[in-house]
Amino acid sequence: MPAAIQCRDLRKTYDGKVEAVRGLNLEIQAGECFGLLGPNGAGKTTTIEILEGLLDPTSGEVTIFGHAWVKNSREVREWLGISLQETRLSEKLTVRETIELFASFYREPRSSDEVLNDLQLGEKADAFVGKLSGGQRQRLAVATALVGNPKILFLDEPTTGLDPQSRRQLWDIIRNFQRGGGTVLLTTHYMDEAERLCDRLVIVDHGQVIAEGTPPDLIERLGGHHVVEFEASGSSGGAGNLDAWRGLPSVESVRHDNGLVSLTVHEPHLTIPALLDAVQKQGAQLLHLSTRQASLEDVFVNLTGRHLRED
Amino acid sequence: MLTSQVGTCEKIDEYVCNQKLGNMTIAQQTPEAPTVASSKPLRNGRWAGYTHLLMARMREMVREPEVLFWVFGFPLLLALGLGIAFRNKPADATSIVIVAGPEAEHTLALLQGSQQKSLIRAEVLDAAQAHRGFRIGRYDLVIESHGKGELQYLYDPARPESVLARAEVDDALQAASGRKNPLSTSAVISSEPGSRYIDFLIPGLIGMNVMNAAMWGVGFALVDMRQRKLLKRFVATPMRRSDFLLALASSRLLFMVIETGVLLGFGVLVFHMRVLGSVLAILFIGALGALGFSGLGLLTASRARKIESISGLINLIMMPMWIFSGVFFSYERFPAAIHPFIHALPLTALNDALRATILEGAAFSSQAGRLLILLLWGGISFVLALRWFRWT
Repeated sequence: MPAAIQCRDLRKTYDGKVEAVRGLNLEIQAGECFGLLGPNGAGKTTTIEILEGLLDPTSGEVTIFGHAWVKNSREVREWLGISLQETRLSEKLTVRETIELFASFYREPRSSDEVLNDLQLGEKADAFVGKLSGGQRQRLAVATALVGNPKILFLDEPTTGLDPQSRRQLWDIIRNFQRGGGTVLLTTHYMDEAERLCDRLVIVDHGQVIAEGTPPDLIERLGGHHVVEFEASGSSGGAGNLDAWRGLPSVESVRHDNGLVSLTVHEPHLTIPALLDAVQKQGAQLLHLSTRQASLEDVFVNLTGRHLRED
Repeated sequence: MLTSQVGTCEKIDEYVCNQKLGNMTIAQQTPEAPTVASSKPLRNGRWAGYTHLLMARMREMVREPEVLFWVFGFPLLLALGLGIAFRNKPADATSIVIVAGPEAEHTLALLQGSQQKSLIRAEVLDAAQAHRGFRIGRYDLVIESHGKGELQYLYDPARPESVLARAEVDDALQAASGRKNPLSTSAVISSEPGSRYIDFLIPGLIGMNVMNAAMWGVGFALVDMRQRKLLKRFVATPMRRSDFLLALASSRLLFMVIETGVLLGFGVLVFHMRVLGSVLAILFIGALGALGFSGLGLLTASRARKIESISGLINLIMMPMWIFSGVFFSYERFPAAIHPFIHALPLTALNDALRATILEGAAFSSQAGRLLILLLWGGISFVLALRWFRWT
């Protein structure tokens, strides 16, 4: 069985100058939830719109279940449900009318009532789209994607700007779709979202894949599972000291950010006593000390030296 | 059973009671299990997308009060306002002023004794006031006396009413002073329905409305959808693009029938206008106009990304036609040299065809040339638009 989505050496250059995507290879299997992770401007939206057949790549090829976009594009569209980053649906139509409109484009859609219930929009069925809250609008956008009974769901930053409760509701909807055998491709710049939802993901930066794997894999590859962060008075943050911290037991890597030192460590119970000793020996005082599980955010910072959301 | 429950409602918590009643009604209304219906696979026919797109478009239009005002209210107000302002008054008296002086009273007496006295309203004022009144358009003519038996007319050749006043007043004064006419003439008054300003105006307004509605309803609507990324969202589905455009054009046609009917009906009921041509022919011409301007609207909207730029473009395209195409006044007033250009404009073709059919009852076949112009504008625009149109 061919891969649900496959692309080889995908490139997109705007106006012959700006290289948004620079040689991307992806293979997403049916039934997978695959994440495209990266900071704003990394080329995520350009990539997903090429995969959706909405943008032509400058070079490279895309296949959906083995079908290229150039041929049978109407046929391929029957299999896809798409939620764009921001679509302002007609405000003067009701929720039900909007879902039924989108259902009418597909050969064998799902029943609108069923989709309304699944997405907890039943109570709002007769409300105008213009009267919906942000979370409800986002659920409606996903409803218009799901009503076509797709095999693949494309979601471009589905939870950006949503409150925590609305985000969790959408996560449940995505998991339900996957449980029914669907394939999901989503872009996000929320690390926790990717960790919770994605079976596999790629981290994209400057139009290129800089890491690929399952979330635990990627964190594993970082070296340590834990992060010890501290701040000390005096010159502890200086470059000279970074080597001293690196020499502490069980430390994998050291980063320094605005006075705050982050150590990626295997076994914090070995590192912390040694760290306290070292601080004391220098005649400095700890201002702050904390430990936490390493996350994809740490993977990203380690790979690029930047934070994911610098906005 | 129901009444006994309602009776207890007052005592127990209202919410709980409503819940109970609600549940009971549902149970009574749905005897068969609803899951059977929803699990049946749905299949859409060939025209499901088109029908839903058309219905969505109509609903959006009807639910937008501003659209309804611009499409229906505004043209009616315009017709009413202009119809009243330019209504054929029984005697449209000319207002003139005589500069105060020794001869002023004599001149006034001559005018009041003349045959045309009911058509001329004269006043005597000092020179400054008289000239000021003339400048602001209160008077059409100023008469000043230069010694005995010598009058000077001050008039503005660019103002038709001023030219008329000079001729009328001169005629009245000469006749009253004893002029003998060498030629005997007589006049018959003709202000039948069909030759009044309102009769000229209504077909022009219908044409202009068809143009406005199509340019905004197609051009603006498309760019608005493009800016909201709705167009992109639509083409991300298996929707047929031709169905989408067809639905847009169909909604224009349906609205055109209503708009034209309302304006024509208004003219007939309020201003007793007479419609000589067949209603079917009028609607057919209107339909060709709506399609022609829809094509032009589509072309205008083919590249623009922002509603600000499409608004400017639409106004730029429509402005020459408001001026040249004979909506409010006949284009015969423009120099003959530019008439070929005026005749080539789609709104001119539409207005001329509408006037000929409505006012003169012209045969449908006699309008073929004008309809061809509309068809060419629409057809060429449509072909170009399909080549350039930006869906995403």
